[in-house]
Amino acid sequence: MRELLLCPPDYYGIEYEINPWMSRARGAEAAVAQKQWKELHATLLKLDCQIHLVPPQLKLPDMVFTANAGLTVGRRFIPSNFRHKERAGEAPHFARWMEEHGYEISWLPDDLYFEGEGDALFSGDALFCGYKFRSDIQSHRAVGEMLGCLVISVELVDPRFYHLDTCFCPLPDGAAVWFPAAFDEYGQRAIREHVPELIDVLPEEAMHFSCNAVVIERDIVLPEGAPKLVAALFDRGYTCHELPMSEFIKAGGACKCLTMFMPQRVSA
Amino acid sequence: MFSETIELRGHIIDSLILPKVLDQILTHGANFKIAEINIGKKRADQSFARIEVSAETSEALDELVLRLRQHGAEVAKPADAQLAKAPADGVFPSDFYVTTNQQTFVRFEGKDIEVRPAMMDSAIAVDRKKRTARAVKFFDVSKGDEIVVGHDGIRVVPVQRSTSGTDVFQFINTTIDADEPKSAIIRELGHELQRARATKAKIAIVAGPAIVRTGAGQHLVRLIESRYVDRLFAGNAFAVYDVERALFGTSLGVNPDLAFARGGHENHLRAINTIRETGGISAAVRKKVLNHGIMHACVRHNVDIVLTGTIRDEGPIPGVTTDAVEAQKVMREKLADVTHVLLLAALQHSLAVATMLAPTVKTVCVDIDPSAVNRAVEHQPLQSIGLVTDVEPFLRELAGCIAESDAKPGDRKET
Repeated sequence: MRELLLCPPDYYGIEYEINPWMSRARGAEAAVAQKQWKELHATLLKLDCQIHLVPPQLKLPDMVFTANAGLTVGRRFIPSNFRHKERAGEAPHFARWMEEHGYEISWLPDDLYFEGEGDALFSGDALFCGYKFRSDIQSHRAVGEMLGCLVISVELVDPRFYHLDTCFCPLPDGAAVWFPAAFDEYGQRAIREHVPELIDVLPEEAMHFSCNAVVIERDIVLPEGAPKLVAALFDRGYTCHELPMSEFIKAGGACKCLTMFMPQRVSA
Repeated sequence: MFSETIELRGHIIDSLILPKVLDQILTHGANFKIAEINIGKKRADQSFARIEVSAETSEALDELVLRLRQHGAEVAKPADAQLAKAPADGVFPSDFYVTTNQQTFVRFEGKDIEVRPAMMDSAIAVDRKKRTARAVKFFDVSKGDEIVVGHDGIRVVPVQRSTSGTDVFQFINTTIDADEPKSAIIRELGHELQRARATKAKIAIVAGPAIVRTGAGQHLVRLIESRYVDRLFAGNAFAVYDVERALFGTSLGVNPDLAFARGGHENHLRAINTIRETGGISAAVRKKVLNHGIMHACVRHNVDIVLTGTIRDEGPIPGVTTDAVEAQKVMREKLADVTHVLLLAALQHSLAVATMLAPTVKTVCVDIDPSAVNRAVEHQPLQSIGLVTDVEPFLRELAGCIAESDAKPGDRKET
């Protein structure tokens, strides 16, 4: 049974603009957001996941995106160092909650930006880490040293896909779903060299945050709006659960951003 | 050239960060040298690379390094240079750093200071208060001066070979032996001197007595009259030979125009006496005692004459610096802004001058002795041409080419 960390969207809203998706003028519908989040929660429960809820905090609207809380490997939790001051206040709440739940906290040096599972995803024996918009490449080295694993650092070049989990989604069979244009050519080559099979997502489907999917064995929970990807995944034997995510996409997040694995891997 | 050492750590091979960084250096028009690389042995092992990055300007380098930092490059912090106090006047501390004539920087309190002037076979004195570094000779150093010792914190930036191919010095850059054709090269040199004159560069001639004795003086006079010479370095003997030739038609008793001459050797001493009597070369010209010849042309065309003495000198004539240390100082000072030097049949003088030149000075050495040519040009490996030949045909052809193309500049093909 996979354990997941979620955060209810009680204080969620577009209160600042730190990525190209966010528009305070447009805002998010709170009631619709609640409904969409509850549907995600229910879907994950149905998939036999154990869900932990971290209490939401006033004035920290993006705490709902728990993938950015940090990275959990075994019983070790590496908290994020958020690049934007708007989100920096989330880190102590997540760290305290994880510590209270028995996780060993391994802080990165303060001067290294790292945004957790949002920019760090295991595939095969390597931890793929995105850098430039949110995480620094220097943090990858530190994470690699802490975990003693191979880290493949890839540069993200499209500000709309500012976290790795918005454009890259590893699958348990060793393949991965990705949107290649979100990476520079070296990043693309590095991924191609280390991931045996890649499923390309079309630009119009990538815009629906299709890569931002939660993979629970053969079940994949992803935002609606990617029929071609769903068909490709079906052909590989996966069951897709398509959910409306419109209110979270307005903040630049979807299913995966709203979820953190506890742990992502038992060991590195 | 400006350079910085960067370090890359992590899984830089698997992530292709190393090739990305190297590619970025090249696409930004900069260069790199991998100083050290350590590749992780096991899959999880991180790798390390230390890379020297160099760019044309400090701004370009800063911008590039800033970009590379995004990909994890860290600027290596080199150690400061070690300093020790000079134990006495004229004595360097042991293990003092010996300079080359290349552009050199000293790391002091975390910053690079350029050593000025770039002077070979010197030590480096650092002034803490002014935060300056200068190359110093033995006679320049006083007890307590802080001198760089060891090799830490020293960065030498060699002159880069140009790839443009438009500069005769950079695409010939060799010694032309006695049995090789020289006309084409002499013509190119003529064009280079014309370009130099047009850009207000400073041309110096180091002249040996063979110029006078072979009858090449008249060709040098043509160059002086056409304003291709800004400064003339020579010994007492050269000046006296030229004066003797102007006054008596002989040089060291030999008339280049006749098979023999009356008066013989004594003309040499009479010439010295005449110049001593008039008070010097300029005075002799002013008083119309000296009415032609190279020294006369120099005075008439305001060429700076730098005369130094040797132990064998007769006289010497007034204006010759006979103190060897003082002569070195004067020569260094007068060579500081020179851009082009022609070392003409003056072995000892040429070697002395060659050791004082900045690495960017374009140097031509002409001598009939191949070893003299090789010794003189070895100090300027990327900016020199040596010609093994009698100086008279060289000067005749050079003056002829220049006169010809000065007369019809439109016809000259740009090379």
